[in-house]
Amino acid sequence: MRLSLIGRFVPVIIFSLLVSTSLSAVEYHQHIDSLSRSTADHTRFRQLQRDFKSGPEVTRACLECHTEASKQVHRTKHWTWEVPMKDGKMLGKRHVVNNFCISVDGNEPRCTSCHVGYDWKDRTFNFRSEELVDCLVCHDGTGTYKKLPPGAGHPAYKATMVENKLWPKVDLAYVAQHIQHPDRHNCGQCHFEGGGADAVKHGDLDNSMLHPSESLDVHMASGKGNLNMTCIDCHKTTGHQVPGSRYTPHASDAHGFDYPLPDDFPATCSSCHGLEPHRNNKKLNDHIARIACQTCHIPTIARERATKMWWDWSKAGMKDKDGREITRKNSTGLPVYVTKKGEFRWAKNIAPEYRWFNGNMNQITFMTSIDDKKVVQINHPDGKCDDSTSRIWPFKVHRGKQPYDTETKRFVKPKLFGPKGSGAYWSDFNWGKSIEIGMKNADLPYSGKYGFVETEMYWPINHMVAPKEDALACSECHARGGRLENVCGIYLPGRDANPLVEIIGLIVIAGSVIGVLVHGAIRYYSKRNIGKGGHE
Amino acid sequence: MRRVYLYARFQRFWHWMQAIIILGLLFTGLEVHGLFIGINYEDACNLHNALAFGLLGFILLAFFWYITTGDFRQYLTEGNLLEKIMLQVRYYMIGIFKNEPHPFKKNEISRLNPLQRITYLLLTLIGLPMQITVGFIYYYFNELVALGMPPGWLGPIAWIHTLLAYLLVGFVVMHVYMTTTGHTLTSNIKAMVTGWEEVEE
Repeated sequence: MRLSLIGRFVPVIIFSLLVSTSLSAVEYHQHIDSLSRSTADHTRFRQLQRDFKSGPEVTRACLECHTEASKQVHRTKHWTWEVPMKDGKMLGKRHVVNNFCISVDGNEPRCTSCHVGYDWKDRTFNFRSEELVDCLVCHDGTGTYKKLPPGAGHPAYKATMVENKLWPKVDLAYVAQHIQHPDRHNCGQCHFEGGGADAVKHGDLDNSMLHPSESLDVHMASGKGNLNMTCIDCHKTTGHQVPGSRYTPHASDAHGFDYPLPDDFPATCSSCHGLEPHRNNKKLNDHIARIACQTCHIPTIARERATKMWWDWSKAGMKDKDGREITRKNSTGLPVYVTKKGEFRWAKNIAPEYRWFNGNMNQITFMTSIDDKKVVQINHPDGKCDDSTSRIWPFKVHRGKQPYDTETKRFVKPKLFGPKGSGAYWSDFNWGKSIEIGMKNADLPYSGKYGFVETEMYWPINHMVAPKEDALACSECHARGGRLENVCGIYLPGRDANPLVEIIGLIVIAGSVIGVLVHGAIRYYSKRNIGKGGHE
Repeated sequence: MRRVYLYARFQRFWHWMQAIIILGLLFTGLEVHGLFIGINYEDACNLHNALAFGLLGFILLAFFWYITTGDFRQYLTEGNLLEKIMLQVRYYMIGIFKNEPHPFKKNEISRLNPLQRITYLLLTLIGLPMQITVGFIYYYFNELVALGMPPGWLGPIAWIHTLLAYLLVGFVVMHVYMTTTGHTLTSNIKAMVTGWEEVEE
């Protein structure tokens, strides 16, 4: 349906009145040389001009000048992997259940390759050690420092083969002399590869963010004339404390602008964009009270690389007829079945799911009794329409099946990683044994009976902010069957209607149309019968 | 038959502007309500809001004109209004089919029949102001919630706005049809364009 005059002409006039000039992209980072970057040239420090045998040796050298650095790091969840919550629950990587590799406990040497420390091999790790803090993983400016996947946080001190891939010896002195403020490579090593490989976990964080195009991430785009912001421009770190947490997120920031004096939560959109970010568009600004910026401005997730959507552990363990492990890949080369891990499903460039969210994530732990009759929400966003601090947020929901204790109705911690004969599932492929050993290691009760239950886990979406031209069109949500079809509790124009009003409307309109047609017809025929043209 | 000058230039201008604005509001409003996809949702929404301000402006202008020119007297009736309305209703229900003359003659002093008077009066003084008020409550919803209005009113406000819009569609249908009941099928519409109408002696 098109309306010629109003449809084409008037909107142009009104549009030109409503829309003013757009923000021009000014590069966030000036091009700077090494002198304007730092007061110190680390290549000239004698402490660093020597041969380092291990990571902790480097850290000792760092601490000679940066005396408080390790103590600062000790306070971060990058170090503790532990987040005490207000309700008394102890969360953080070290404690939570997840539906990827399930639990850190018992699998340390593998998981802790993303720990900002060295040598976290088991539960005896000394969290008070200053020299075990890994400075280089975050401050490496060379791109050559990499932690070995199963190395408990250590890099390759000599050339090492892991899973048919060569990890060359890291030149620790060279890295130590060329340190920098963390850039995307440093953060991305762990955060882009969460869940074990590129793009697996988050959906909005993967290695495509190292050098994103403007359409992928308008803030971090690194091309000519782009803003070229890095992670820590928003996650503005002081004293090694990085703001912006998935355990205590800010679903709405009523504080607004934080710069140039960051006194609130600098990682929220409104810290830079304020509370009325849409210029000359009142209706869009009206949305902010109930809709997170991310909902419209991150139209799809995993835009360039597929992210994992489904992980079914119950299918793990199948081998081919010769007893060898199987890896099946899809047409794009992503694994869809791996004997060690089970069945996977992937998705690329997909719409996230939307939920009311007030910033509290309801997280279950290994102590929670679950209802195994239905899909178990490992975490789920708290919030509802009539709570003014809740907004509609986008989430990646990762679903799957994982083992639990069918008697105690609690999740279990299987030992996955370990050598053959250790009972580790990835070597011995015996669920019963690996769960028993894993639970024993964690000092948790286990009935000896396990099953698999379907789970889902919510990951709030924050990154891959698209240019404003690519933000969601109104009709993506303001329509029947749109993106917010199932988000209830609020009247959404274009989606909702009152049935009684619609019925009355139908009666009125159809009644008047039929009425005038009938009236007109009777007039026409009666006039013919009377045989006069028109009435007096 | 004689020609009378019924509608002053301002009245015609106001009538047709109001017609365009109301049709535009109905079209964009029903698109925003999700009944069809016309222009797109965003343009429909922006246009609807802009037209709403336009309608408000024109209504205020018309009130000013009617009051200062004294033309509001066209809407006043002497005698038993109900009886006169029933006469006009009877004409539309029965008389019109028998080729009876119109019960009320148009002239420069009185161009509206009693049914028109009451309908337009209700529309201008109650229907449209109510719709505009509800519409502005809808538009300034966030501000009103900040002033203490319950957020849960959004739904009922939208329902009322939709219901009034449907009633307005009904009015438009009948109003357009009624224009064909003049001396000839098009004489009423011609009058609203030129100002001049041929009326019964």
